[in-house]
Amino acid sequence: MKAFARAVWIVTRKDILIETRTREILLTTVFFALACVLVFAFGFVKEGRPMEDVAAGILWIAIAFSGTLALGRAFERERQGETLRALLIAPIDRPALYLGKLLGILILLAAVEILIVPLVALMFQAALFDHALLMIGLLAAGTVGFAAVGTLFAAMLVRARSRDVMLPVLLYPITVPVIIGGVRGTAALLAPTADLAMARLWLSMLVFFDVVFITLALWTFEPVMTE
Amino acid sequence: MNKFFVPITVIAAAMFAYAPFMILNAPYEATMGLVQKIFYFHAACGMAMFLAAFVSGIGSAMFLFTKKPSADRMAVAGAELTVIIGLIVLVTGPLWARKAWGVWWQWDARLTSTLVMWMIFNAYLLLRRYGGPGSEKLAAAVALFGMANVPFVYWSVNVWRTLHPKTSVIPSLQPGMRGPFWFCVVAFLLVTTAILMLRTELEKRRQQLDELYLMAEES
Repeated sequence: MKAFARAVWIVTRKDILIETRTREILLTTVFFALACVLVFAFGFVKEGRPMEDVAAGILWIAIAFSGTLALGRAFERERQGETLRALLIAPIDRPALYLGKLLGILILLAAVEILIVPLVALMFQAALFDHALLMIGLLAAGTVGFAAVGTLFAAMLVRARSRDVMLPVLLYPITVPVIIGGVRGTAALLAPTADLAMARLWLSMLVFFDVVFITLALWTFEPVMTE
Repeated sequence: MNKFFVPITVIAAAMFAYAPFMILNAPYEATMGLVQKIFYFHAACGMAMFLAAFVSGIGSAMFLFTKKPSADRMAVAGAELTVIIGLIVLVTGPLWARKAWGVWWQWDARLTSTLVMWMIFNAYLLLRRYGGPGSEKLAAAVALFGMANVPFVYWSVNVWRTLHPKTSVIPSLQPGMRGPFWFCVVAFLLVTTAILMLRTELEKRRQQLDELYLMAEES
């Protein structure tokens, strides 16, 4: 168990180390998320101003889109350096490799969210921080569910043709329950009188999907990544 | 070819020939009248879609863990059928909804989850087709996630308050409707089974042909 946790940490640390040196994925993803927010803000314009009640949707679309980008880039880097093969022949369990990559992606997405969430709150006058704990719970559970499926598919698509378009094609239909849960939970919090019971219900839905997705991903990662 | 293929096909064909008469003679539903009769095909197709999705998911799981090519053939046959029958479900549903609810589409839990499941199996086929060599195994993981959706699609109507009728309408059917309904369900399940067998066999021959080509090139 200790060796397993150590293996997970080594994989994660490797990703964080590369990222802190280049900052490539973090910077591009943050600016991409910002561009998403901009496009959607002007996609829902009414009388020259962004419409009300779109903040929850825009926030989660930005997370989903930039998450896809980050996932694609994180594994593209492994492919270009031929390092994925090295990871696969390393004497560690496949589940440890999966969890390590997942943890790396989660840290990256958390960094993106720390910047994007206040920005959305500011630009759309959304009271995202009134119920900060619930909001953080929704963001965490939603991101985990999205990244759990995303890491599996991004990893396995490394060897596939047309992987750039395949990742969103596979990822969005499968993770749509997570997007629904995140948007509806956030919308419940942003309602004029925040519906906390509703937000908690969606949060528990998200946790449920996290468990299902992580179980399925851990279960399939080994056979899928074995040549 | 499986020895059950011919009898199943003959029975299914006979049942399909007779089904319109049974549906014609079934009583009219009090409020919806004629449009309700689409239900005999719509709900039966829904069940056939679940069957196909399960075949694809179980085949994929078997393929992932045993690497048997026969399991993969089952998975691809199931996925293609899920997409085709799912299309029938997604077309017949709105035809009925337009009359019953006044709109073609509602974003309620049943409709959304069915659409999502249909899209996952479309993604499965896209990945197999354009994913390049080795994509069968990757697609198998997609089908597993697709199959995981089936229980949600089924229970969604009971968990959330939706416009779509609940699963309890089936046991509460009027006696005159019950016979034709189950008749149609059996007919659709049989025809699905027959097409699954046919498609699996086709895939087997296609793989044999590929191997022969490879052998011819090598010699």
